[in-house]
Amino acid sequence: MKAKFLIPLLLFFVLLGFLAVGLTRDPREVPSPLINRPAPDFKVSQLIQADQHFSPADLKGQVWVLNVWASWCVSCREEHEQLIAFSKRKAAPLIGLDYKDPRMDALKVLAQRGNPYDITAVDQDGRVGIDFGVYGVPETYVIDKQGIIRFKQIGPVTVEVLEKTIYPLIDRLKQS
Amino acid sequence: MIPELGHFALILALCIAALQGTLLLRGADTGRREWMVLARPSAQAHFLLMLLSFAALAYSFIAKDFSVLYVAEHSNSQLPLIYRFGATWGGHEGSLLLWVFLLSTWSVAVAQFSRTLDERMVARVIGVLGLVSLGLILFILFTSNPFTRLLPGAPDGQDLNPMLQDPGLVFHPPMLYMGYVGFSVAFAFAIAALLAGRLDAAWARWSRPWTTLAWIFLTLGIALGSWWAYYTLGWGGWWFWDPVENASFMPWLVGTALLHSLIVTDKRGSFKNWTVLLAISAFSLSLLGTFLVRSGVLTSVHAFATDPRRGVFILILLALVVGSSLALFAWRAPKVTMGGSFGMFSRESLLLYGNVLLIVAASSVLLGTLYPLLVDALNLGKISVGPPYFNTIFVPIMAPAVVLLALVPLARWKSAEWQPIVQRLWPALLAGVIAAVIIPLWIGHWTWLIALGVFLAVWVAGSTVLQLGRRLQSGNPPVAFWAMQVAHLGIAVFVFGVTMVGGYQEEKDVRMAPGDTTLVGGYQFKLNGVDQVQGPNYQAFRGQFEVSKNGQVSRILNPEKRTYASSSMPMTNAAIDAGFSRDVYVSLGEPLEGQAWAVRVYYKPFVDWIWGGCLFMALGGILAMFDRRYRLKVKPQDYATA
Repeated sequence: MKAKFLIPLLLFFVLLGFLAVGLTRDPREVPSPLINRPAPDFKVSQLIQADQHFSPADLKGQVWVLNVWASWCVSCREEHEQLIAFSKRKAAPLIGLDYKDPRMDALKVLAQRGNPYDITAVDQDGRVGIDFGVYGVPETYVIDKQGIIRFKQIGPVTVEVLEKTIYPLIDRLKQS
Repeated sequence: MIPELGHFALILALCIAALQGTLLLRGADTGRREWMVLARPSAQAHFLLMLLSFAALAYSFIAKDFSVLYVAEHSNSQLPLIYRFGATWGGHEGSLLLWVFLLSTWSVAVAQFSRTLDERMVARVIGVLGLVSLGLILFILFTSNPFTRLLPGAPDGQDLNPMLQDPGLVFHPPMLYMGYVGFSVAFAFAIAALLAGRLDAAWARWSRPWTTLAWIFLTLGIALGSWWAYYTLGWGGWWFWDPVENASFMPWLVGTALLHSLIVTDKRGSFKNWTVLLAISAFSLSLLGTFLVRSGVLTSVHAFATDPRRGVFILILLALVVGSSLALFAWRAPKVTMGGSFGMFSRESLLLYGNVLLIVAASSVLLGTLYPLLVDALNLGKISVGPPYFNTIFVPIMAPAVVLLALVPLARWKSAEWQPIVQRLWPALLAGVIAAVIIPLWIGHWTWLIALGVFLAVWVAGSTVLQLGRRLQSGNPPVAFWAMQVAHLGIAVFVFGVTMVGGYQEEKDVRMAPGDTTLVGGYQFKLNGVDQVQGPNYQAFRGQFEVSKNGQVSRILNPEKRTYASSSMPMTNAAIDAGFSRDVYVSLGEPLEGQAWAVRVYYKPFVDWIWGGCLFMALGGILAMFDRRYRLKVKPQDYATA
């Protein structure tokens, strides 16, 4: 057997190895460049008290959670229950960022399904979203006392993520 | 009851496939006639069972049987009939069932049209196809059963992804899969020939029409998909180098190389090992494409929800099919005799250079597609590879291949000379150079890339005309000659379209209120207003745009922004005024304050030539199928002596 005829087979095995490792990875999991960076500053009006504003500076010195959502987002409905549970536990203030959403639609959803948010900020034109690098709703951020982003979840928050990552992280950040 | 019947038929088809994979291959090895004669009836039975299974699933969709999980997930009572039918392959499970159904169709077609082929070869080919089918049916039954019941049944379905609710869904996947799966025939012929240890001209001649047929389907399937993305997604592009697009394009590139390599093996007996390797590669890439799409290892617009077991299963299948084929190749290839010798400049060598370029192109597409996965697997971070990589690498590889394709038909076998070819083709060369200088300057913007594109298109078209003119002088040319010229002309048309769109398209994102106008590509767009309309299962905003040129209104365009009842994702339906030398294209973006809308307007010169070129290529393939040499009987003694 001449060795050169084995080359295609060997190349294929190398490819196979890579594909096998690739199977164990999640291509959607992209690390955010914002982790361990200060949260972008913004000042927008609130959803429920439309005459008031919200800015991350208001929460300086506290650990808090920012959840980007919208009434048109199907996955947001999935995580809604988890968020309600989170707000009942009062681990940290939960701020909603209503992303590119007509005000009335957002208010209707909160009225129908319950409002987990301490404050809901309105990002009508999506500018805040651009600063945060939001590319899919929902996204959830944990921000520490110094206003630095410590964790980012893309996609719906699950019980598992809450229990294994978010709650322990909040506890740690509070103590530091 | 009907879904259970389909499920049962699928299980029976599995048994038949297992029978084919064992009895037929063993029978061919030991020369047992009573086993080998099962080839045709078993292929027929397999086909009928798969047809029954597929029809049962389609029936469940049409009859709105929401007690079938897959139907409930991909259909809805409001969904129009044609999309309910198309939804049969609108998800993972159904598209795999379609895959195997089409495989059984190819298999039965081979069995029917191979009357003149010797028994052993038929038994082996059907046996190999049976093994492939076996693996895929197991995959369906264990990880992706479309017939799983949902008890109690859902009152209504979740609806088909709105993006798929388009006539494109009905034609694009079956066409594409026919092509993908069709390469299994060339693959099976190659494996059968390797098993027999007999790679001869007869094998190549038998593989040619089947490869051509699969290639036609793949060409049309890819073109349809590209056209669908162009008019439905509202992005205005025709190719995005998305992993799934690449997954279909790699088999096409290798399949094109295979078509040409088969010619040499058929006529000159050379390139046997190379041809076999291409036949294995083309089908392996089809399987790899299936793996990439189905396992979710890469992100893509086509990604379906993924289940980790599926990825592992297909990977094992891929390892078995491709691994064993390449091992067989490594074992048998050294014994293959060389064909006739040929010089550095001859038709053989030119075809070989073209082949190598096509393979290099396919490899770079493969590398770009898998690069994010490779980098991630090596823990070097997460990256994505986009159109800049592909465009940069693809043009320099394919440009020489396009230059070559005009030369090949004029070069003689074994040994050719430059002078007669130059003598004949210099007008095409001159026309190409002049066009490359003049046309871009005339349109108003000259770059090297546009000039190169124009040169290639005119060079190929010109040499086609020259060859045709010369050939017609000596009587009516055979159909194979027409086939080649039409397909090559398709390349010229395609390249011209791509060059013009790439070089001269204009796009504008503007805010428009009723009464506003905007100017793009010499066309004036005026927004008359946006109305609300009601579709069968959606609500839409429909814009009314007046398109005018030089003050004359040429067309009213109605782009829509739809919201489907079942999901709140808005869908954009662009409105296109298609024309011979340009498309104008309007799509509605987001509603802004008051009556205003964000509007996207495109002017796309010669964009339809891209798909027109593909149609020409496919037409060339269809003409090639009529070559009467494929229908000549191959005498049994041809095999005996080999």
